[in-house]
Amino acid sequence: MDPRISIVPERIKNIKRKIAVVSGKGGVGKTVIASLLALELSSMGKIVGLLDLDFNGPSCHIVLGIPEDTSVEEEKGIIPPLFNGIRFMSLELFVKGRALPLRGNDISNAIIELLAITRWGSLDYLIIDTPPGTSDELLDILRLIDGLEALIVTIPSKLALKTVERLLDLLKMVNTNIIGIVENMSKGTDIVREFAKRFNIRYLGSIPYDEKLEGALGDVGALKRTNVSESIITILHRIIGLKITR
Amino acid sequence: MLNLLFVIGILCMVHEWALAESIVRAVLDIVRERKLKAVLEVKIAVGQLQQIEVDIFRDALKEISEGTLLKETRFSIEEEEAKFKCRNCGYIWKFNEIKRSIKEDDAEAIHFIPELAHAIIRCPRCGSPDFIVVRGRGVRIVSLRGIT
Repeated sequence: MDPRISIVPERIKNIKRKIAVVSGKGGVGKTVIASLLALELSSMGKIVGLLDLDFNGPSCHIVLGIPEDTSVEEEKGIIPPLFNGIRFMSLELFVKGRALPLRGNDISNAIIELLAITRWGSLDYLIIDTPPGTSDELLDILRLIDGLEALIVTIPSKLALKTVERLLDLLKMVNTNIIGIVENMSKGTDIVREFAKRFNIRYLGSIPYDEKLEGALGDVGALKRTNVSESIITILHRIIGLKITR
Repeated sequence: MLNLLFVIGILCMVHEWALAESIVRAVLDIVRERKLKAVLEVKIAVGQLQQIEVDIFRDALKEISEGTLLKETRFSIEEEEAKFKCRNCGYIWKFNEIKRSIKEDDAEAIHFIPELAHAIIRCPRCGSPDFIVVRGRGVRIVSLRGIT
């Protein structure tokens, strides 16, 4: 038997809220939103962790400007390094830019190992960036992290929303707490708001397309001055203030 | 020399400790589920790929078990040779054959998360990173002998 699963609840028992940032489609802005949520929560004085579980394309470290040569602290496991008040963990801390071609079972094994050996300590929030869709990574954290909440990110597109429908189907099937849906790269249309109403999920707000964002990636100070960050703060207040119901 | 050995021991302790904790926790879960009165022996397989220091792992198991029902339990540890099979060309090779070519940092990365081998190890015949770890990946409980 695999003993590692038994220790996972112990590793996360002092984390108050565990939020997975999820989407149906790729390229909708999950990584930026997950990273900025962590950053703004930290600015609010919360104790925050950020876990990048997008094994094929980890990039939270690029958004937050975390140096590639960062090493992890080791003490009876791994202590995630601290950046701008955020405890950060990603396979990228070991892979350092190389390709990591993993298949299903390997992905599960890597996630279980990561959850079994990472010592987060006490956190107010753990934000988890996930790959798009109903991936192995998402299935594994839904199975292993008790009390996981999902924050859905989409763009205002019929194609993206169709994939969110499938994702919602899964999340509801496994009884996940759904915090709500965030509309990224908003064009001022109502389709995401109407979608949220139709599927009875909370519309948490919209983030406009911001041309300055690309130039601000990797620079925390510049990121905080973007319109995206401003929108994230508004959304964050709704997340913090919301009572979550199953 | 003694000081150096001590430092190496402490450094290695980190990961072995986390895995030993998971073994003890898992066995105690089984004790609760099966309502066991005592656990006489736990057989553990330690895959070579994870490069566990067995003596340190054994010491960690002993220390973590103190004050639990597993205090007197015998932990039998068996090392399992790591073997790979290339999905591309079918070649089978052993970790021992390539171990020396792995840099220290990379060996440490594999020690933490054995799947990182896919970013580091290539098939010695065709160079593909698409391989299966046939055996010897990491730590698992093989069997447990207890009293009901």
